[in-house]
Amino acid sequence: MNSLILSVATRYLTGLLLVFSIYLLLRGHNEPGGGFIGGLTGATGFILQAMANGTDRAREALRLPPEVLAMLGLGAALLAGLMSALTGDAFLTGQWLFLGAEDGGKGLPLSSVLVFDIGVYLVVFGAVLTLVFEMEEHI
Amino acid sequence: MEPFFAIAVGGLAAAAVYLMLSGELLRYIFGLVLLSNAANLAIFVSGRLTPGAPPLIPEGAYAPAGTVANALPQALVLTAIVIGFGLFAFALVLTFRAWTTLGTLEGDDMRVAEPKVTK
Amino acid sequence: MAPVSDKTNNGLIGILPVLLAAALFAFFAAQIPAIAAGEVLRWSMPWFPSQGIELAFLLDGLSLTFALLISGIGTLVLLYSDSYLAGHPQYARFALFLTSFLLAMLGLVLADDLILLFVFWELTTLTSYLLIGFSHEAEKSRRNALQALFVTGAGGLAFLAGLILMGFAAGSTSISEIIAADELRDHAAYTGILVLVFAGALTKSAQVPVHFWLPNAMAAPTPVSAFLHSATMVKAGIYLLARMHPALSGTPGWIWTLTILGAATAVFASLQSLRQTDLKQALAYTTLMALGTLTLLLGQDSGYAMTAFATFLIVHSLYKAALFLVVGNIDAATGTREVAQLGGLGRSMTLTAGAAALAALSMAGAPPFLGFIGKELKYAGALAADAPVLVAGALVLANALMFAVAGVVALRPFWLGSAADLPRAPKERSWRMLAGPVVLGVAGTLFGIFPGPLQQALVTPTVAALTGDAANAAELTLWHGVNLPLLLSLATFALGLALYAGHRPLRAGLAHTLGMLPDLDRGWDRFLDGLKGFAEWQAARIQSGKLSFYLAATFGTVAGALLVTMLARGLPLPAFTLDGFSWAPAAVAALMLAGGVLVLLTRSRITAIAGLGTSGIAISLVFLIYGAPDVAITQLLVETLVVVLVAVALLKLPRLPAPRFRPGAAVISVAVGASVSLMLLSVLGQPLDLSLTSYFEAASYPDAHGRNIVNVILVDFRAIDTFGEIAVVAIAALSALALLRGTKGRTR
Repeated sequence: MNSLILSVATRYLTGLLLVFSIYLLLRGHNEPGGGFIGGLTGATGFILQAMANGTDRAREALRLPPEVLAMLGLGAALLAGLMSALTGDAFLTGQWLFLGAEDGGKGLPLSSVLVFDIGVYLVVFGAVLTLVFEMEEHI
Repeated sequence: MEPFFAIAVGGLAAAAVYLMLSGELLRYIFGLVLLSNAANLAIFVSGRLTPGAPPLIPEGAYAPAGTVANALPQALVLTAIVIGFGLFAFALVLTFRAWTTLGTLEGDDMRVAEPKVTK
Repeated sequence: MAPVSDKTNNGLIGILPVLLAAALFAFFAAQIPAIAAGEVLRWSMPWFPSQGIELAFLLDGLSLTFALLISGIGTLVLLYSDSYLAGHPQYARFALFLTSFLLAMLGLVLADDLILLFVFWELTTLTSYLLIGFSHEAEKSRRNALQALFVTGAGGLAFLAGLILMGFAAGSTSISEIIAADELRDHAAYTGILVLVFAGALTKSAQVPVHFWLPNAMAAPTPVSAFLHSATMVKAGIYLLARMHPALSGTPGWIWTLTILGAATAVFASLQSLRQTDLKQALAYTTLMALGTLTLLLGQDSGYAMTAFATFLIVHSLYKAALFLVVGNIDAATGTREVAQLGGLGRSMTLTAGAAALAALSMAGAPPFLGFIGKELKYAGALAADAPVLVAGALVLANALMFAVAGVVALRPFWLGSAADLPRAPKERSWRMLAGPVVLGVAGTLFGIFPGPLQQALVTPTVAALTGDAANAAELTLWHGVNLPLLLSLATFALGLALYAGHRPLRAGLAHTLGMLPDLDRGWDRFLDGLKGFAEWQAARIQSGKLSFYLAATFGTVAGALLVTMLARGLPLPAFTLDGFSWAPAAVAALMLAGGVLVLLTRSRITAIAGLGTSGIAISLVFLIYGAPDVAITQLLVETLVVVLVAVALLKLPRLPAPRFRPGAAVISVAVGASVSLMLLSVLGQPLDLSLTSYFEAASYPDAHGRNIVNVILVDFRAIDTFGEIAVVAIAALSALALLRGTKGRTR
């Protein structure tokens, strides 16, 4: 698509959508959002890029091949599941670490659940971009 | 409101099946998208409809305030949507491949696996 | 199969299995003192604790007798094979099959649990299939192996059902517990158990009328026949009947089924045996005769019959293995197994001839061989039976025929006729091929002259295992004084001599008479052909190859199943009220339907995409209205992607043909739609179980530290589901990638 407006707007939109998607991912445990929504939102940014400037540019911006990202995500989810082995819990049991927790506040929560959600994000993000890029290039 | 949606879902499913039975792969895929939408909605409706109260726990509370929408079907449907999308994209790519390889989109003309028995 | 190279053995691969079998034999032999003293050895560990199934083994007199025969004859057969198949390119495979079979057989006779017994039972079926079909280049060999597999496999299925039934009836799968409790005979399922167990045992032991697979199994290399048909495979059924004897025997069903089938098999097989001109085939039928006799004896209850069973079991294993190996020697030396061509081998193959003579005399039941003792005991057992005349008559006839066959098979080729018209000049075989026949033949003779140790070590403990009391065992001795069994023996010899003298004309007559019986072997082929024809007809009907037909059948079945189930169960439909009806959701639902209908009616691809998008966005609005923001966002994003992808694909795909009305499809789709609506309505008519949802709501923040319950369910409570789902998404993407990037299709 040769549209100057789209091409220029995309330059900013891709970054904006990526940041927004990470925001959606991180707040997902407490507000609407999460890995699925974040992954889809992040992917739309790069799809816009691909439509405006071609998939080559989009792939360049992505640095890693999207199918690799998807596999990394699957690996992260698996890793999150295995973390529970450290404490002897069942597979995928959530493990939590509250940094700076005090009475009434949970501080900064870090958890295997977050790693799992990041895995979901990466799988959805990578899989959608794989599908779209391949179809753009080969169809 | 639920019975009303039950009938709408049936209507959507009927349209989807009619499309899938057309014998052309493109219409089949359109039917597939509609059918997965109908299935998702069916799951959602069977968990009952609660307007305007998302299943969120307010800041400072330990449980949702008052009655909220049923969270379980929402979780099921959410993943089903994404999987449905994966299935749809795969079917679309398969259709495209079938077109470039076989030169037809008519399902009944695709007889590589089960050639016509000539007796 | 003749030796294929000038090698004399197979080196390490040849000798290792022999050593293994010999070590097993030594191990079991070392248990003799304990078992002879009346002990029963047990060993077990839990296997499926939830089902009460144990990996349990038991060693009593019966098991020990079988274990010694299996490992002992196995040792000799493996040693023999090493020379018989010297240099065979697939000897390693052969040795593996034979050793696996040997181990499976040992497991079978040692198992003390019904399920474990069945596992080994099936293992023997499988490994014997591989052995019978070892010469797989030959069509006949494959066909016969498959026949053996089908027949014994079908019996095995019935057997499994019988074992399960027995396990339920007895409340335990432990064989020793079932026997100790001894309450199966009064159970309502007794007849069913009996029929199913018989189906398994009698197919495996090739009793009339499913005997036909056994002579065909001679397609195997000769040492395999020696092993399978002397001590093992076919005796598995016999072992099973013997093992179950304490728990099931004594009822009219048991006695008459086994007596009649055993007698019929024994007589029929001896007649068939006399008719054969191929030495191996003749021996195969004598095996059937022995199996018939053993079955017949197991039908009885007396101590004599049980002693006769234990003795004849050993006798038969010894002489039959020896004779098969002798035939292998003759075959290898002369290149033929046809009776008419053979003669005068005694001078050139002295040791083989000697071993053959010892084994044949034992088989003929001549004194002072163990076969004689066995025969006397059989007659004594027969006279104690419920139908002495039938049993004794059948046994006398069968034994007389056996006497004649022994002469034809094992004496005549060596001592009569001349070696003139043989394909090859005969030469004695290597020591490996002589060890088996000589050791087995000599053992039969020694045990005949000195039966005491055998009685003490094996026969009495076996009888004790069968009847529960060692005192039931009859004495093994050559001379009982002048009594009815001795007179029957003399009559047998006279009849046997007469049959031998007249065996040529008799053979012709038998060929004519038996030829008029229905040929079950060919019937089997017809049965298989019929099955194949039916399968072809059915496949052509059901698998038309038209995708539209498959789809219509699938959806039709879905609708039919749903409607039938709901109508049969009754529909708990909710009262259809307009309470809570509001216009906004109704409008959204209408929009959703309108989008669907638009896709249905249009032939423009752009309009179709628009319709799809409309419908999807309407659904997303439904989610939004009813408190599901996460789902609504996901739906919206996915719907956008769907439209984008379809638009990309449509650039290269052809236009849609104009829609035409298809009444058949319309009927099916309306049925599916109606059944979905009805199902959903009846679900809504049921009370909703909210216990899971309540748990998630209550535990979401305190336990899982999340305020968005939907997300907590996805990544924590039901994370393993989600894990599977993202794996599916990733695989779908990879598959699409492979389809698009992979081998380039013919691009149009």
